[in-house]
Amino acid sequence: MTAGGKRNRTGSFVRLLLVGGPVALILLLVPEVADPYQTQLLTYGLVFAIAALGFNLLLGYTGLLSFGHSAYFGMGAYTVGFLVRDLGVVSMEAAIAGGVVGSMLVSALFGYVCVRHTRIFFAVLTLALSQVLWSLAFKFFWITGGTDGIRVPQLALLGGLIDFSGNGAYLRFIISYYYYVLAFFLVSVAVMWLIVQSPFGKTLQSIRDNETRARFLGIEIRRYRWVAFVISGTFTGLAGALWVPLNGLTTPDILWWPFSGEIVFMSVLGGFRSFAGPLVGAVVFNFLKAYAVASTEYWQMLLGIVLIALVLALPGGIVGGLAKLSLRIRVRKNDEAMT
Amino acid sequence: MDIFIIQVLNSFFYASVLFLLAAGLSLIFGVMGIVNLAHGSLYALGAYVTAWTVTSIGGDLPLVVLLLLLPAGAVAVAAVGLVMEPTLIRPLYKRPEEYQLLVTFGLLLVLEDVMRLLFGGTPLSAGTVMDKLGSVPIRSLYYPTYNFLVIVIGALAALCLWFFIYRTRFGVLLRATSQDMRMASALGLNIGRVYIQAFGLGCFMAGLGGAIVVPSQAAVLGMGIDNLVLAFVVVVIGGLGSLKGALIGALVVSFVRTIMVQFFPEIELAVLYLIAAGVLLVRPTGLFGKPS
Repeated sequence: MTAGGKRNRTGSFVRLLLVGGPVALILLLVPEVADPYQTQLLTYGLVFAIAALGFNLLLGYTGLLSFGHSAYFGMGAYTVGFLVRDLGVVSMEAAIAGGVVGSMLVSALFGYVCVRHTRIFFAVLTLALSQVLWSLAFKFFWITGGTDGIRVPQLALLGGLIDFSGNGAYLRFIISYYYYVLAFFLVSVAVMWLIVQSPFGKTLQSIRDNETRARFLGIEIRRYRWVAFVISGTFTGLAGALWVPLNGLTTPDILWWPFSGEIVFMSVLGGFRSFAGPLVGAVVFNFLKAYAVASTEYWQMLLGIVLIALVLALPGGIVGGLAKLSLRIRVRKNDEAMT
Repeated sequence: MDIFIIQVLNSFFYASVLFLLAAGLSLIFGVMGIVNLAHGSLYALGAYVTAWTVTSIGGDLPLVVLLLLLPAGAVAVAAVGLVMEPTLIRPLYKRPEEYQLLVTFGLLLVLEDVMRLLFGGTPLSAGTVMDKLGSVPIRSLYYPTYNFLVIVIGALAALCLWFFIYRTRFGVLLRATSQDMRMASALGLNIGRVYIQAFGLGCFMAGLGGAIVVPSQAAVLGMGIDNLVLAFVVVVIGGLGSLKGALIGALVVSFVRTIMVQFFPEIELAVLYLIAAGVLLVRPTGLFGKPS
């Protein structure tokens, strides 16, 4: 790599710190000001943000729409469930490591098959394969617990440094688990930022924008797509692993394809054309869903209407919409300055 | 042996329903290039409307009237389709296909709750039709007469659709649009009208599938989402956009499913999804799809 490229990458990392730093500071202060319920909701939001972050490496940066990311989220979650129930793992870090490896293996296998296709066939193939896992989790109830799922207790964090027993354990769990997830979230964002800014990430974007030209440059398109798929699935699997202790239970619902739809929804809500879009979208989606579920029996309808309205009226999502708005304000200011 | 005959009949019964569902999905994709994720929910809507019509209006009316009431679901769903296409789908033709998947996923969420709102959370059945038709003795066992009717309807639907697409003027327009939309448009075809007709017809078939299944299986929430994935398997095996493919695919899925349920019930669904994935790998366009 040239020196110029290196300087560019350092510059982009500085940019991430400039925007991300204040946001991270605000996130650090949340448990101080918000009540435990809000904190817990935000924890869920951050977990889904990691999932959407991984998902968007495929949709936003590689141009492949997966309708089967429930498989990798669920694989992360179920691996944690198996490790805790069958192998007696008590350390959260060990469980996460297992979940990440599990989802990485499955996404490597599924990805190897799926990247032979693009567009609609890719979407249908990812969906079909994710449903294989769903039906197995659903039918082999003596292994997976069927629709009852697998119960996972609150595991000790940081190698037993923080454990949850005695008085006020639940409250302590909510607060410390928030920080725990936040740490994973910040590291994931930084790592993903490095990935999309790296030559590898730029190559993915060139494949997305013009497959034929990329192929003329001698890029092995399928291999790049496969690697992107594995990274994407692994991030989503990490989210699944982090999600289980929070939820206390893993059920086949998170392997079912409508959950894949929710991950797509989050990314589109925030705007999949930008790096931050899926992160914002996941957090907003989670609050939106929580309040919709609390306020009406027909929350699905509400979410469906929001999704349709978004696609028809605001295809850039929240972040895209804001960017457009700020551009318009700046243009107007320029015009005023000119006259 | 008797069980075997029953299972073969069951497979044909299920293939009829699945064909109607998958052929609609395939027709809409073939002509308009849209994968409609709400298609399964339209099928469920057809089932609900028919069950509601038969139980609330039908009451104690004679059997013939009840049978005539069955298509109510199909007509209602076609009407929904005719409203949906111009308002929600038409703005998306020029956008990348990801957006079409998203809008139809949004529609799926809306439709699922509309059904919950209109018909409540309890299963709704039109079982009186099936009961009144009685059953036919097959050696030592009895088989519901209604199931034969469904098999006949499925076969008739396949025939009608084939005639429609390959022997009528409307079919020529459909095929022309599906092969080359721009050229058809340049030759003076009203593409908008072809699209709305194709979408309406596809929805009608999904609704009919739901309508004929509901006398033997009650309409429940979520039935559409489950069946959509099976319809996907059918069209992936047969080839998206192919009528013959939808028929063969429906038969393959139904028979494989019956065999699996009989011998390996745990992996029944997994095997179907794996077959679909395998076909996509070996022949991406399905057994009867046109190579792109």
